[in-house]
Amino acid sequence: MITLDTIRKRFGALDVLQDVSLAVRTGAVTALVGPNGSGKTTLIKIVLGLTRADHGTLHVDGQPADDAGAYRRAIGYMPQAAHFPANLRVGDVLDLVTQLRPGEAVDDELARAYDMDGIRDKFVGTLSGGTRQKVNAVVAFMFRPSLLILDEPTAGLDPLSANVLKEKIRAVRREGRSVLITSHIMTELETLADDVAFLCDGRLRFAGPVAELLSHTGGRSLEDAIAGLMRSDRAGRRAAVGTAEPVPVLPWLSPEPTGVA
Amino acid sequence: MNVVSLVLQAGLRDLSRNRWIVAYTLSFLGIAEGLFWFGGTGPQVLLSLLNLVLLVLPLVALVFGTIHVYASREFVELLLAQPVPRRELFAGLYLGLALPLAGAFLVGAGIPFIVHARDGATLGGVAALLGAGVGLSLAFAAVATWIALFTDDRLKGVGLALGAWLASAVIYDGLVLGAAAAFGNYPLERPLLGLMLANPVDVARVLVLTQLDVSALMGYTGALFERTFGTALGTGIAAAALVTWCVIPLGLAGRRFLRRDF
Amino acid sequence: MRRALVAAFALGAAQPAFAADLTVGAGGRFATISAALEAARPGDRVLVRAGTYREPTLVIRTAGVTLEGQGWPVLDGQGVREVLVIAADDVTVRGIVATNTGISNLEDRAGIRAREVRNCLIEHNRLRKNLWGIYLQRSADCTVRDNDIEAEGVRQTESGNGIHLWYSPGARVENNRVRGHRDGIYFEFSSHGLTRGNMSERSQRYGLHFMFSDSCAYLENTFRDNNSGVAVMYSRGVVIARNRFERSWGSAAYGLLLKDINGGEITDNVFERNSTGIFIEGSSRLQVRGNQFTQNGWAAKVLADADENSFSGNRFSGNAFDVTTNSRSSNTTFDGNWWDEYAGYDLDRDGVGDTAFHPVRLFALVVEQHPAALLLLRSPLVSILDAAERVLPVLTPEALVDRRPLMRPPR
Repeated sequence: MITLDTIRKRFGALDVLQDVSLAVRTGAVTALVGPNGSGKTTLIKIVLGLTRADHGTLHVDGQPADDAGAYRRAIGYMPQAAHFPANLRVGDVLDLVTQLRPGEAVDDELARAYDMDGIRDKFVGTLSGGTRQKVNAVVAFMFRPSLLILDEPTAGLDPLSANVLKEKIRAVRREGRSVLITSHIMTELETLADDVAFLCDGRLRFAGPVAELLSHTGGRSLEDAIAGLMRSDRAGRRAAVGTAEPVPVLPWLSPEPTGVA
Repeated sequence: MNVVSLVLQAGLRDLSRNRWIVAYTLSFLGIAEGLFWFGGTGPQVLLSLLNLVLLVLPLVALVFGTIHVYASREFVELLLAQPVPRRELFAGLYLGLALPLAGAFLVGAGIPFIVHARDGATLGGVAALLGAGVGLSLAFAAVATWIALFTDDRLKGVGLALGAWLASAVIYDGLVLGAAAAFGNYPLERPLLGLMLANPVDVARVLVLTQLDVSALMGYTGALFERTFGTALGTGIAAAALVTWCVIPLGLAGRRFLRRDF
Repeated sequence: MRRALVAAFALGAAQPAFAADLTVGAGGRFATISAALEAARPGDRVLVRAGTYREPTLVIRTAGVTLEGQGWPVLDGQGVREVLVIAADDVTVRGIVATNTGISNLEDRAGIRAREVRNCLIEHNRLRKNLWGIYLQRSADCTVRDNDIEAEGVRQTESGNGIHLWYSPGARVENNRVRGHRDGIYFEFSSHGLTRGNMSERSQRYGLHFMFSDSCAYLENTFRDNNSGVAVMYSRGVVIARNRFERSWGSAAYGLLLKDINGGEITDNVFERNSTGIFIEGSSRLQVRGNQFTQNGWAAKVLADADENSFSGNRFSGNAFDVTTNSRSSNTTFDGNWWDEYAGYDLDRDGVGDTAFHPVRLFALVVEQHPAALLLLRSPLVSILDAAERVLPVLTPEALVDRRPLMRPPR
């Protein structure tokens, strides 16, 4: 679905992404995890074309990513927090996105589940954070793109709405579409994700099926496994102080593309 | 419908309900109407409004514009993630800011002159003032957009906007006045005219002067002035310079928008 | 009654009781105007039918003759000579088109010249493409009215004046229209004249220019788009009232330039859109009252050598600068004028502002010294400087102040 090949990105003196090569499987839910500042958001923005990589190539659904942005027809995006213009009505926002993507098949399941008709005439500025997040989710799921990119999708949602959303993610997967999702809630990812990609300090430390990660680390849960990875990464970094080259602390990870296409 | 007009419409819809824009419109309306109400003649009201256009309008366009672009950041990212070209998105976003600003001024300052059409303001004078205000709105909306795209540090951005305002509305003229006094013995008309064209606030002022004060401008000994201001040429040059002042920062902002990472 | 009859007979003797009409042109007795003028006797009318007449310079030598065109006959100087000369008293010329004197550097060719005569009447004529239009030379008590005078000269050196008076006292110049001459109307050494209701525009120099002409009145004229405006110099006792001075643009252009005038009234005129509305130099005892100064660059420039002049009841509005002068001391008084820039109050409601108004702005002095700074006119910075100076005057003339500014414009 997504193929990233040796993606590099620097912001000033900071290497945000270093030679990230990753393949996201079609029809699977891939969890993108890593500590804060590990480069998850940058990676997502590169996939969306919001940020340009300094080096490397990107294909989405077989199409090369370019500035014209037509490849983004394949993508539905739900950012971490939605800040729609305060003086637009909910209906204005939904109509705008609909008209920006003319001719795409509409999926109004989530809109109905979240009762968008009931709040169409409300100004965005008057909505609660949770309701804004529902609108945000509806915008992402309005069409039937082959890839959904969800950045902390359940943040701010009440448990019921979060469940609705998770069900929707499962439904999308059943339809053979792909999902790239980030979250801090590992238990949530565990019930959703097929694959996991772990980023740390701009490097991809692991990419593969969740089961494989669990077996490698011996962890009982995704949370344990990721925590273990983060711990050993930190230890490795400490060990690296004073040496010219960072010490490889995860010998089972090959530096080659670890894709599971 | 194309992307530019869709995004522009959203911007218009949003800002036309924005309380600052509404207050801005109403204050122009109130001040202009008040000036007429307290016995001002058309030309007097024009001159009083000229001060507002040269001082307040750039301040509002710069500061409000910069803050607005920052506030729209997440929404812009959401739009950027849609299958639309950046260029069109930028055009829509800029117009969605610049047109409400210009429109607010046009409505606030324009309506009183329509109501008081018989109070002696010449059509040329009113047109020059409204044109100057619209031009400055568009130009400083572009500068504000550029500033907000230039730095992600919002405090720094607003500081830059304020600095740009102070420099173009007041400090620049002070330097020019100093230069005119210091180099009074040299032929100054050509360099001074050049300096006027290099600052949008001065361009707007000169544009209005060519309509309201041509009799004074013609009193200056200098063939260049006479050629420039004695005919429609002066108005034309000033108007063209104001358009240039919209285009250049817009081009810079656009380039930045196309190239930058969000 | 008898005495009246005798008087009538006496008059009849001087001018024949039965004046003849001598007709020139199609169907007339004379083929040329010259022949008819030769034959004319005092009191006769020479009627000229429509047509173009190319004859040597016509000279009217018989007193009391009337030369009258019917259907606008054209008297053509063919570019080489003066067209018509009045050389006898009490002559009337009307209804002719005098044209095409041509340009000469040696002689002052005029369309119609009155030469050392009295009491001539020149009315309802058209003068086109002449070096000089109507020229009164040492001729007293003549009337020039309702003539339409137009020149096409492009340079001052190739053009004379529209209506030119030289040593011609007691003239009445009324309701003429003059366009494109060097000076529209010119008086020199011609006192006690009355100039009323004329329109003088697009002159290459002055719309009205007079020198050494005492006790003249200029009323209800319009001077517009003249290159240098109107100049009044070296005269005494002039009355300039109810005229319009408009659109004189340039560094040496004045709505009204007053130089070395001793005693005069300038009342109820309109000065609109001139670079300088009124310029007063070396003049004394002028009363400037009830005028309107609107949208001029400088409404009034009063040099320090002007003495005992007073401005009152005038209305200043929309001028870039209301008043300037070249010195901190000034003997000109401003009292009870209306200034649109006055921002004072009137607590005792007597129609007069309670605080004084200083009409000279700091920026006016800056521009006086650094003319190029003019480009900063109406800059917010300049407004700030002016406001500061008004609060704390250190540079502007203290004497030049209106202590009784009006709250409402005078009617």
